Amino acid sequence: MKLSESWLREWVSPAVSRDQLAHQITMAGLEVDEITAVAGAFSGVVVGEVVACSQHPDADKLRVTKVNVGAEELLDIVCGAPNCRLGLKVCVATVGAVLPGDFKIKKAKLRGQPSNGMLCSYSELGIDIESNGIIELPQDAPLGMDVRQYLDLDDAIIDVDLTANRADCLGMAGIAREVGVLNRMTVTEPSWAPVAASTDAAMQVNVVAKQACPRYLSRVIKNIDVTAATPAWMIEKLRRSGIRSIDPIVDITNFVLVEYGQPMHAFDLAKIDGELNIRFADGKEHLTLLDGNDIAVPADTLVVADNSKALALAGIFGGEHSGVSAETRDIVLECAFFAPLAITGKARNLGLHTDASHRFERGVDPQLQHKVMDRASRLILDICGGDAGTVVEALATEYLPQAAEITLRRAKLDKLLGHHVPDADVAEILSRLGFAVTEVADGWQVTTATYRFDMAIEEDLIEEVARIYGYNSIPNEAPLARLNMTQHCEADVKLAKVRNLLAARGFQEAITYSFVDPKLQQLVHPQQQALVLPNPISSEMSAMRLSLFTGLLGAVGYNQARQQGRVRLFETGLRFVPDTAAEMGVKQQAMLAAVIAGPQTEEHWSIESKTVDFFDLKGDLEAIIGLTASDAEFSFRSASHSALHPGQCAEILRNDQVIGVIGAVHPALEKPFGLNGKTIVFELQLDALLHGSVPEAKAISKYPANRRDIAVVVDDTIVAGDILAMIKKVGGNQLVGLNLFDVYRGKGVEPGKKSLAIALTLQDNTRTLEEKEIAATVESVVSVLKSEFNASLRD
Amino acid sequence: MQQLTEIVQQALAAIDGADDLKILDEIRVDYLGKKGKITDMMKLMGTLSPEEKPAFGQQVNQAKQQVQQFLSARLDSLKAAELDAKLSAEKIDVTLPGRTLGNGGLHPVTRTIERIETFFGELGFSVVQGPEVEDSYHNFDALNIPPHHPARADHDTFYFNPEIVLRTQTSGVQIRTMEVEQPPLRIISPGRVYRNDYDMTHTPMFHQVEGLMVDENVSFTQLKGILHDFLRNFFEEDLEIRFRPSYFPFTEPSAEVDVKGKNGWLEVLGCGMVHPNVLRGVGIDPEKYSGFAFGMGVERLTMLRYGVTDLRAFFENDLRFLKQFK
Repeated sequence: MKLSESWLREWVSPAVSRDQLAHQITMAGLEVDEITAVAGAFSGVVVGEVVACSQHPDADKLRVTKVNVGAEELLDIVCGAPNCRLGLKVCVATVGAVLPGDFKIKKAKLRGQPSNGMLCSYSELGIDIESNGIIELPQDAPLGMDVRQYLDLDDAIIDVDLTANRADCLGMAGIAREVGVLNRMTVTEPSWAPVAASTDAAMQVNVVAKQACPRYLSRVIKNIDVTAATPAWMIEKLRRSGIRSIDPIVDITNFVLVEYGQPMHAFDLAKIDGELNIRFADGKEHLTLLDGNDIAVPADTLVVADNSKALALAGIFGGEHSGVSAETRDIVLECAFFAPLAITGKARNLGLHTDASHRFERGVDPQLQHKVMDRASRLILDICGGDAGTVVEALATEYLPQAAEITLRRAKLDKLLGHHVPDADVAEILSRLGFAVTEVADGWQVTTATYRFDMAIEEDLIEEVARIYGYNSIPNEAPLARLNMTQHCEADVKLAKVRNLLAARGFQEAITYSFVDPKLQQLVHPQQQALVLPNPISSEMSAMRLSLFTGLLGAVGYNQARQQGRVRLFETGLRFVPDTAAEMGVKQQAMLAAVIAGPQTEEHWSIESKTVDFFDLKGDLEAIIGLTASDAEFSFRSASHSALHPGQCAEILRNDQVIGVIGAVHPALEKPFGLNGKTIVFELQLDALLHGSVPEAKAISKYPANRRDIAVVVDDTIVAGDILAMIKKVGGNQLVGLNLFDVYRGKGVEPGKKSLAIALTLQDNTRTLEEKEIAATVESVVSVLKSEFNASLRD
Repeated sequence: MQQLTEIVQQALAAIDGADDLKILDEIRVDYLGKKGKITDMMKLMGTLSPEEKPAFGQQVNQAKQQVQQFLSARLDSLKAAELDAKLSAEKIDVTLPGRTLGNGGLHPVTRTIERIETFFGELGFSVVQGPEVEDSYHNFDALNIPPHHPARADHDTFYFNPEIVLRTQTSGVQIRTMEVEQPPLRIISPGRVYRNDYDMTHTPMFHQVEGLMVDENVSFTQLKGILHDFLRNFFEEDLEIRFRPSYFPFTEPSAEVDVKGKNGWLEVLGCGMVHPNVLRGVGIDPEKYSGFAFGMGVERLTMLRYGVTDLRAFFENDLRFLKQFK
């Protein structure tokens, strides 16, 4: 809501500066977004009249004028504006004037003709009005008067960002009321001579939808002159409220809209067939709106119709056919109260948002219509002439919103605020807001006002008291609470610990969007259907992610395109997997994912540069698994995944449940994601990771440990994990250490086979193992490996 | 005897001239070995009278000991010199960089959330999470935002259908918590939220931290107190802070909180006393209990804290940006 400061001060003018006024309004909960001067900074510009005007002898587009600024001598001024003509009242920048941009007016000669001043356009004075040529002032503008004073240019536009509950402030009257309350001042409303009917012309109104339209006023005004000019003061007030002047009737209805917050509409009487009927649309009607668009009117939409057709979308937008045009002689004014619930959402559904719908949706004062009808009638008669008919009212009192009756308890007020606001302040604040306040034993009985749709319960009044009293006058206190100890489960692995471990291992945390490009995601998860946003920001951000891979791989490509070759990123967040069995049809699972690419380490003087591979990231993953202290529950199993290299991909399991996947990104994905070479990723379910075990200490053996190394040759297809698991099983309790320390293929080993070098460490808690026992254990391991894996000892 | 003295002199001179361990050992063998020159002297014992023997033996032994001592001393000094030479050859340039994986770091948004969790965690607020694909009941209705409420239109909601949305605020977690827990309650809930808006100052996804405290006698002064402390703690500065009346359907009274920055007031969070309709909706008696709730935009706080000027940088994941947060 844009409002002119000087207009506001016509209603109520506290002795505070502009900035203080804006601050007051903001701190009352009506946030001031911006304060804009209505004109640039300038001085020395006065009202003048062109008393002589002739063609410049040497320049086609220039005129030589004499201008009377009320001084003894006329001023010679050369002017290039096309609208410069004899008798025009103009804005004259006299010699010595300073215009916006520090432009000083001096005596000059233009093509040989003296020019002692300048006739100004709006833009030259820093006024935001479009026009070709110089400003044309009304004929009664007093000569010599300072233009800043004459046009009230020291005014400012205060732009207030209103919250949805404060419909009462969608008009000057409401803002003025607030300013009055804040300054404990009385507000002066404008006054006018009431309009009595001078003809018995009337427009009958039949309200079918009484609940949607509890009050509808119509008035016929005949014989108006629609070609009359809107007065400059009104044009200017509208402009400063952000509204363009159109014609006097529209301007007047817009003026009362801004003044009182009451939308009105004017119909051309000649276009109305019979009477006005307020009803819901029948679902088959079409209507061409004032903006020229033809719409099919949905059946749940309230319309103003005549006996044969819909004329307007009630409370939203007028129709073109029945609108006021240059030929209009007689009009019907509408001033109604439409119920918010009847209007809400209807404009939006039609892709419309109008000043009227904005106000009716939020609530217009249901007691305002007679006053505003009279105000508009007076303005029309004064500006366009005409004969006013009688006001016809269709009223369904039972559906009119009533002012709420609320009891405000002193105890509740004190308890909720935690601060005691004095009785006198409470009563005065509520009264000045326009509420009827009666003191009762334990507080106040309050009848609120019909313009305050946001007043319904005791807490609403408490907020009113607090906000006018001033939030910042209420002290700050520390909350009080019982010191209940919270439960902590030591076996839980805190996500923060996982994050910190990854950071310590050189990973940077990423946050990627939860919605990704469906085309890229299709490459990663070709078999899976994603949840798709019907109204996305763009098609590249339209599919909910099925894993964190799409976003992370995108981030790798983004960085590699920016000379960042070594990338180590991780992310945590939800993935969204459609699942009819899940709540809301989607499984929302917290995941941890990481990606590495480029060299293992930054280039270093003593480290050989190697590109990352599977085992680099697997090592990082194993470190994370280590945080659970339940490493034995985890295992890896060769697997396949549409996004990963078929030979370098593993499922991650915990207690034989698959909880994630790790692997090298499939080379086919490198180009679409802009990946520069080998990229390794993993993703796993956080809930499967974030619990572990509490340490259980065991006594350290006092007896020596014995290491025996074996080298076994097996088929290449046999996986190391199976061999190690088997050794563990056979080795029993005495096997305290097991380490695979070499994998060899090549000379000395048959093609298609590999040699695994494994260190076994044997130890007993109660005695020193004898060589015979050690040899026997190793022998049993070797023989099981022979029988299970067809392994042979390497010579 | 003359002869023994000469031998000792020769030996001492030889030891003195020896400059490596090998030569020194040869000298030892030469004089003290089984066939060494001093050992040989002992063989002369047989030619002496019983009276002469003890004195002679003593002299030879003395000579032996003297040479032995000289040898040991020389050996020590040569060994020390050898170690010095070895150590000096092993000198390194200690200014060369060490071997490291390099530290990574947390995303600045996470960093801010972790700090907020710490501040409120110390006051007994526990961290809870909620779904991001949310039903409109928890995102709107239960928060006192019925269908067609103008506040719904203000949210630029991503709808999947009229009933299912991407949550526009973390406030829904309040409801989910109160549905299953009774007061006293102290929770915060950080997380991603979504609005259909994308320009210089809006991203379609951002983070909020929601806070809720419900107990007997929770008041507006306490809401002011806790947020005041939080903001000063967060910025580590005695900032000017103001509470400005505002409107949220789920709180009453409602406020927005501004901090004074270099270029005027900046809104950093919204808050208020939990609306009685919200409490009643989850079966908490608003006559017995009251509560406050607050919600803050994490990106806004992070930008102010670390001087980030472009909101979009948070989701580009440019390593050159991220690596600044060590």
